[in-house]
Amino acid sequence: MLAVPVVLLAVVVIWYAAAVYLNWDSAAQFADEGASRLDILQATMSLDRPLLPPPHQLLATLGDEIFGWPVTSPRSILYHTAVTASAAACGFVLAIVVGIALAIGIVQTRTLDRSLMPWIIASQTVPVLAIAPMVIVVLGSIGLTGLLPKALIAGYLSFFPVTTAMVKGLRAPDPMQRDLMRTYNATEAQTFRMLRWPSAMGFLFPALKVAAALALVGAIVAELPTGAQAGLGARLLTGSYYGQTLQIWAALVMASLLALLSIAAVDLAQGVLVRQRGGRL
Amino acid sequence: MIRFAGPVLVMLASIAVGWLALMLLAQRDGRFFRIATPVLFGFLILWLWQVACVGFGIPRVLLPAPSAVARAFVVHAGMLRVDFWQTVVRSVLPGWIIGCGAGFLVALLLDRSPFLRRGILPLGNLVSAMPIVGIAPIMVMWFGFDWQSKAAVVVVMTFFPMLVNTIAGLEQSAPMERDLMRSYAAGYGTTLAKLRLPMALPFVFTALKLNSTLALIGAIVAEFFGTPIVGMGFRISTEVAKFNLDIVWAEIALAAVVGSLSFAALAGLERAATFWHPSFR
Repeated sequence: MLAVPVVLLAVVVIWYAAAVYLNWDSAAQFADEGASRLDILQATMSLDRPLLPPPHQLLATLGDEIFGWPVTSPRSILYHTAVTASAAACGFVLAIVVGIALAIGIVQTRTLDRSLMPWIIASQTVPVLAIAPMVIVVLGSIGLTGLLPKALIAGYLSFFPVTTAMVKGLRAPDPMQRDLMRTYNATEAQTFRMLRWPSAMGFLFPALKVAAALALVGAIVAELPTGAQAGLGARLLTGSYYGQTLQIWAALVMASLLALLSIAAVDLAQGVLVRQRGGRL
Repeated sequence: MIRFAGPVLVMLASIAVGWLALMLLAQRDGRFFRIATPVLFGFLILWLWQVACVGFGIPRVLLPAPSAVARAFVVHAGMLRVDFWQTVVRSVLPGWIIGCGAGFLVALLLDRSPFLRRGILPLGNLVSAMPIVGIAPIMVMWFGFDWQSKAAVVVVMTFFPMLVNTIAGLEQSAPMERDLMRSYAAGYGTTLAKLRLPMALPFVFTALKLNSTLALIGAIVAEFFGTPIVGMGFRISTEVAKFNLDIVWAEIALAAVVGSLSFAALAGLERAATFWHPSFR
């Protein structure tokens, strides 16, 4: 039980040490003539544009960006987080629908299985994120802007794990169980509904956690190329342009929290399903 | 409407003939047909894309035809080679080697200390789920615009998957097998070299393959945040802005080829290194 707090404490200590080390030069540069080392040390903790903000400064910035502005203001980090989260969520839902539909097609149609499935597996080895800027700009040029292009990219990035897991899951029932369904004179649809679909759920949820994380990455990267007015990706980009390191770090923290939240949501859904099905998945 | 009747007819006919051929191919078993089916499917998609682009007169700035992309690939071969060198050889490769190496070594160190492992493993799992590409602007600030910052992003992205997988792999040996090693009077080092590392190899290779894709994504996205005027990510983002989509598609094709070739090379290496594993026998 002690291990995690100890490691976390070590991380914080190393973080402070690194902050002092990285910020020392710029702190010394701005310090007055004859400033003592202690003064410089204090200055490293509260620079305007630190190379690495110490944890308490980062927390203070986050607090200001969360509570210091109304939620609808573009200065509020919550506003940008909501923009990114909605794109990621739409993409995630899209990925589930398309991913499951493709998996059903692949499992039910031998031709699709042999011709499409190898491409889906091969596409895992391709950096699909590289197409994000093009999709955004092309869709933007025909008048599609805002949520939809970002959701498309987030969905495109995250449907692979759903499809592969569902194909595996729908095929998981062994011949014995399928034979049993046949002795019950079950139709193909009934076998699907009562045997294949339930057995696939155990494969779906781990894949959904991966897909949720990917959808978030897709949404963030999709916000980069448009000059990006809103969203966590936009905060990263403008922060990088104007050297606002605190803004970058705050956006990063919110993105990480969003990732944890989405994974927790998948866990919650899984828990509900497990309880409905009497403690098993 | 009449003008589009020709291309529509050609496309419908192609789909019908292609699907029929695919169905015939998919019914057959054997190595040749397992490869021929997806290859034919790929060509069918390319052909439909070409017919649609030419037949409907889709503007070059929306979707270039495959032939235009192929031409761009040849015409701009020199530029593509330079971008490949900058992104893959100078950013991805060092970052991938350092990140995977460090992850592996840290896993070996943690193996000696169960306490640290219990503390760091949850943290590693947590970080793996986060949108790490977001650190790209910070790395650009720390390490400058050139390949060092891209390599740094790649190091961070590849470190944790390798760490988590290697630790899981080192736990694969059964108590019985470890007892046997002890009865041979084998020390920690011998047990590691002869039993536990070979058992961990499939997990290590899983991480290596996963990381080869992650590394490419990390380097390309990091280049969206600022580079010297060379590199695949830089080229994609600038040529998109100039609507030279044929060059963008050529870069994406290059990234796809690099991604799948490195994956294939690693898979071949895995086969050679873990020939004894049940999944290959």
